[in-house]
Amino acid sequence: MEKAIKRYWPIFVLPTMIAFTIGFLIPFIMGLYLSFCDFTTVSNATFTGLNNYIKAFTDTSSNFVHSLWYTALFSGISTVLINFFGLAVALLLVRGFRGTNLFRTVFFMPNLIGGIVLGWLWQVILNGVLANYGVTIVTNEWYGFWGLMTVMCWQQAGYMMIIYISGLQAIPGELSEAAAIDGASGWQTLTRVKLPMLMPSITICTFLTLTNGFKLFDQNLALTNGMPSNRSQMLALNIFDTFYGRTGWAGAGQAKAVVFCLLVVGIAMIQLRLTRTREVQQ
Amino acid sequence: MMNAVKTGSRQNTTMRKKWVNALLTVLFSVISIAYLYPLLVILMNSFKVKAYISRAPFDLPIGKMFAAGDNYINGIAKTNFFDALKWSVVITVLSVLVILLCTSMCAWFISRVNNKWSKAIYFLCIFSMVVPFQMVMFTLSKTANVLGLNTPIGIVVVYLGFGAGLAVFMFSGYMRSSPISIEESAMIDGCEPLRTFFSIVLPILQPTYISTGILETMWIWNDYLLPYLVLDLKRFKTIPIAVQYLKGGYGSVDMGAMMATLVMAIVPIILFYLASQKYIVSGVMAGAVKG
Repeated sequence: MEKAIKRYWPIFVLPTMIAFTIGFLIPFIMGLYLSFCDFTTVSNATFTGLNNYIKAFTDTSSNFVHSLWYTALFSGISTVLINFFGLAVALLLVRGFRGTNLFRTVFFMPNLIGGIVLGWLWQVILNGVLANYGVTIVTNEWYGFWGLMTVMCWQQAGYMMIIYISGLQAIPGELSEAAAIDGASGWQTLTRVKLPMLMPSITICTFLTLTNGFKLFDQNLALTNGMPSNRSQMLALNIFDTFYGRTGWAGAGQAKAVVFCLLVVGIAMIQLRLTRTREVQQ
Repeated sequence: MMNAVKTGSRQNTTMRKKWVNALLTVLFSVISIAYLYPLLVILMNSFKVKAYISRAPFDLPIGKMFAAGDNYINGIAKTNFFDALKWSVVITVLSVLVILLCTSMCAWFISRVNNKWSKAIYFLCIFSMVVPFQMVMFTLSKTANVLGLNTPIGIVVVYLGFGAGLAVFMFSGYMRSSPISIEESAMIDGCEPLRTFFSIVLPILQPTYISTGILETMWIWNDYLLPYLVLDLKRFKTIPIAVQYLKGGYGSVDMGAMMATLVMAIVPIILFYLASQKYIVSGVMAGAVKG
């Protein structure tokens, strides 16, 4: 059977692989190479070693280091908040009271709305609220920070809720029952039985929210566009701005992109390892 | 006597549970309305005279604030909304169909043919899922430009390339767990690989087609940066690009037109969601289990 299929590789594999080469492989390898070059277009690249990387980290006007910390802080806090809300709602909704399906539908809905639309939508709401205190979302970078946090919690808590609900439903009912018969309180059942059984879902959700935080672009662009003076700029927007906002900085932009890529791949590797070790234990 | 006490306390706990559940229903109703309130505000503001939107965003559009359909007329004219809608639909539908067909065929091949090429393709697909778009955005837009992929048809190739990772991963995850005996017996009976795929594998894969299709649709429909960098923007804009373009060169925004455009951008999504909610939720669950 294998041999028969193998002869058909130009039909089965080739279309995807050609597109994959154009859409991913070539750009990725070229990007990696160009991060060590000085260039304005792709054809006039000259090798300059680590120059771009030094430029990216040392030039204070390009705000890279600030956006790095700002993004890390944002991702950390948003991971905790989104997962807290998502899990709390999931725990309540699996009790199965009247209307749970409707509520689930409502909480998930924001996920289908794109980042650009969400950013503009919330800009009106947040500025409307902040106007009462005589400030706007771009008065300083922390209004933008917490504004973006609100948007992301509103959008993503429902997504995580769905994952947690399916995780909770997979826990056999006898476990909680046995715990209850043994005299465990509701809180003990939650922390000693449900949460440990839920660890796979928690790992997935933590990873998803963490990488979503790092990769955040659309909402950032539409909500504050990095204002005031690029202080609320997150990593992805900072990289975009370096490429297209300043002439002669494409090299540094590519170097930043490589650092960004390493960061996200690093987080993914940690997550993969965590999942693997846990699977072995079970 | 003992028994009576016991049933009494049991009745108490069921009564209490009933009360708690009723209370939760009320609580969640309130939370749900609060959750949807931002969408309601945008809907209200889309009927409000421009000047009042920033000044009184939470007021009802009544009296002199009522703008009737002016914002919608403005928004449609300024964004060329129906053009953007058309291109968004064309790009999303074409890309998702092409992705589903090509990647499922590729995934079947690499999970049934066991050699180093298959392993390499699988590994590369996983790797591409993790790499952030900013890593390739500059070189990808240049490559697409050189190859003339800056049209709604050409961008399908880019989406196939960049979206292949997730789709191949989802499909091969499913195929590894599904038995190959049916395929084998078909092939022994003289069925060609192509016919085996289309008449046996494809129907079995239906749930995975739906969940993968949903995930890719959510991504492509809402994607801003990739089409912004790849498409020839003078001729083609998608909805997210049209929304962002409402912001003029000097940072001034016609808030009335913006509100109306936001409403028009959200309505199709909500309709789609309500129509295919069951599949969307199960698609997200399937994606999460494998991701």
